[in-house]
Amino acid sequence: MATTAEGFDIHHDHGHGAHDHADHKPGFFARWFMSTNHKDIGTMYLIFAIIAGIVGGAISGIMRVELQEPGIQYLQWWAQFMGGGNDLNTALHMWNVFITAHGLIMVFFMVMPAMIGGFGNWFVPLMIGAPDMAFPRMNNVSFWLTVAGFFSLLFSLFVPGGTGPGAGTGWTVYAPLSTSGSVGPAVDFAIFSLHLAGAGSILGATNFITTIFNMRAPGMTLHKMPLFVWSVLVTAFLLLLALPVLAAAITMLLTDRNFGTTFFNPAGGGDPVLYQHLFWFFGHPEVYIMILPGFGMISQIVATFSKKPVFGYLGMAYAMVAIGVVGFIVWAHHMYTVGLDVNTKMYFTAATMVIAVPTGVKIFSWIATMWGGSLSFKSPMVWSLGFIFLFTVGGVTGVVLANGGIDDNLHDTYYVVAHFHYVLSMGAVFSMFAGFYYWFPKMSGRMHSELLSHIHFWTFFVGVNVIFFPQHFLGMQGMPRRYPDYAEAYHFWHQISSYGYYIMAGSMLFFFVNILYALMAGKKAEANPWGEGATTLEWTLPSPPPYHQFETLPVITDAHDYHDHRPATA
Amino acid sequence: MASAAPLSPDTARSNLRTGAMALAGALAMLGLGYASVPLYRLFCQVTGFGGTTMIASDSKAAAAAAAATGQTISIRFDATTAMGMPWTFTPAQATDTVTIGERDIATYVARNNSEHTITGVATFNVTPEQAGKYFNKVQCFCFTEQTLAPGQEVTMPVLYFVDPAMLEDPNMKGVEQITLSYTFHRAEAPQDAAPRSTD
Repeated sequence: MATTAEGFDIHHDHGHGAHDHADHKPGFFARWFMSTNHKDIGTMYLIFAIIAGIVGGAISGIMRVELQEPGIQYLQWWAQFMGGGNDLNTALHMWNVFITAHGLIMVFFMVMPAMIGGFGNWFVPLMIGAPDMAFPRMNNVSFWLTVAGFFSLLFSLFVPGGTGPGAGTGWTVYAPLSTSGSVGPAVDFAIFSLHLAGAGSILGATNFITTIFNMRAPGMTLHKMPLFVWSVLVTAFLLLLALPVLAAAITMLLTDRNFGTTFFNPAGGGDPVLYQHLFWFFGHPEVYIMILPGFGMISQIVATFSKKPVFGYLGMAYAMVAIGVVGFIVWAHHMYTVGLDVNTKMYFTAATMVIAVPTGVKIFSWIATMWGGSLSFKSPMVWSLGFIFLFTVGGVTGVVLANGGIDDNLHDTYYVVAHFHYVLSMGAVFSMFAGFYYWFPKMSGRMHSELLSHIHFWTFFVGVNVIFFPQHFLGMQGMPRRYPDYAEAYHFWHQISSYGYYIMAGSMLFFFVNILYALMAGKKAEANPWGEGATTLEWTLPSPPPYHQFETLPVITDAHDYHDHRPATA
Repeated sequence: MASAAPLSPDTARSNLRTGAMALAGALAMLGLGYASVPLYRLFCQVTGFGGTTMIASDSKAAAAAAAATGQTISIRFDATTAMGMPWTFTPAQATDTVTIGERDIATYVARNNSEHTITGVATFNVTPEQAGKYFNKVQCFCFTEQTLAPGQEVTMPVLYFVDPAMLEDPNMKGVEQITLSYTFHRAEAPQDAAPRSTD
């Protein structure tokens, strides 16, 4: 059975005597600050994403603590702490700053760096049998641009942003709040941060597209690529087409703010609704950018731990393409309440619901992959099952919100907050943890503790559900988003939701302890710790892989069709 | 610094080509982002999207008058001023009933309450939004900037008609009143006269 795992082992490297050279690493500064190695850059992206995730997660903690009781408890203290005044307005501005920072950090500096920069950099070259990315130095530029963007955003917290320090515009940066509504440089720094992170992502997307199109090993046709590579390819195209539109929109914001243009100012013939169109033309593909690599990882993991090739490989690949394409023509469902006429709403409702079809193809194909499989519930698999379940819950509320008529009622309520946290904070995040536990042994060469990973899973699963499920109730009862205070009627479920946060935060301890345990005392990982189900090329290399791999390209033949675990019929 | 084995010249060249094509795609989308500004305006003007009213010539007005069937519709007039605009701006009549297709005139009254000469420009739209493409203005004070001296009060006319084609549009069924709304803004925010509110 183990045809593939040994099939293209690294004896090519041995054969050429290049092995000594393969593991020669440069010194510390050159290796980590001037890195052109896709694995090192991937590692840096993952560490960066974990740090940004801690910051973004801590901010959500501040918000949940404040929301635990009605009234304003801690915001004034925070406003003073951040160097603002002691009045209520500054405190309320502080709240806007927190929601803005939480959203921007989690989207641009946690999910995207982890999924695309981290796992994408690490495993796209490995899975297609390439020695590195197509443009290694540009890869380095992408990473440091992202880091610079993060610092620009953090810096914005300490400069005036209107009613107090920091940019309090929401992650959507809608005009006119972000133009005439926010005096002071904070919003400029936040916009600059998006420019930097966006430029980094566009360069990264170019790199991935080139790598995947040109650097595949001989015999690795597009239709033999692992689904994770497909997912990154589709994501890269979405980034390439969507991010420049955001760049254009926020550049117009900058000139409206600083140079007297009136793109979004009706007094000069502009229209603030145009900003919303431009933002969501980027923003909707952006939510698929955050979830598609997760889809790819889940496909690899479910197939691995079912010991079966993934069900409907081509359908899975083209479902992602379809999601990417349709994702560009549904943007106005985020702005049903701006005064769209009935026909426009009907179109966007119908187009939005169409997305449920390819998404359904994926969900059912994962289930069909497991069906009749030889399942083993290792840590990556339980996270994947959690993903499938919770992402489906988020998808169902998405279909509800897709309706223009219902959305009139639910727009900007906690129902929306619950919906997008189910697909992101549970969908994307669960897939990242699944991918992390799946590939951690490969990346580090050490096995993590299955017990700690399982405890992490169950406590996290309970925690996030306790946080976000009650938010559906709050939303349906009319609790609006983006407010630090609320009527007594909402107290009960807000309190439960905050308790959920504490469970979730506690559960993250198991994650960090697990990493420390693995790095300090973890068992040495074999080349393929997951057994015969793990058939993609990265498992043919030792764990961790040599500093330079595939200097002689592996050759993929039909007998090595690793989507198919049947013994090679030669 | 150790680096990976160099790529073959062929791969390097095709990498550069693919990379350049990808970046060109990104640049094209950036251009499209900017192109959307005039396109969006054009789209609204042509389709009446979002309640954008039409500008009609005299000949079109005459054709509409010829097609008039005698049915009437109520027009409601609304006037507001943007923040920081020290004008009083009101319609002379709250509502008016007009024959569909016939030209009619409505007047607004504006008064500059400040001690500076202020130039204003009016933005406009109609609700319900699907009425935008049937609401035609022949002449309007909103086509040009208006300058009022301190304390000056002027009457501003708008000459308009409702296109009888609306009677055939199923989307206009049940529409018994069209609201015409204007907002007066400062034409350009002078830095000295009234600075925008700061924190």
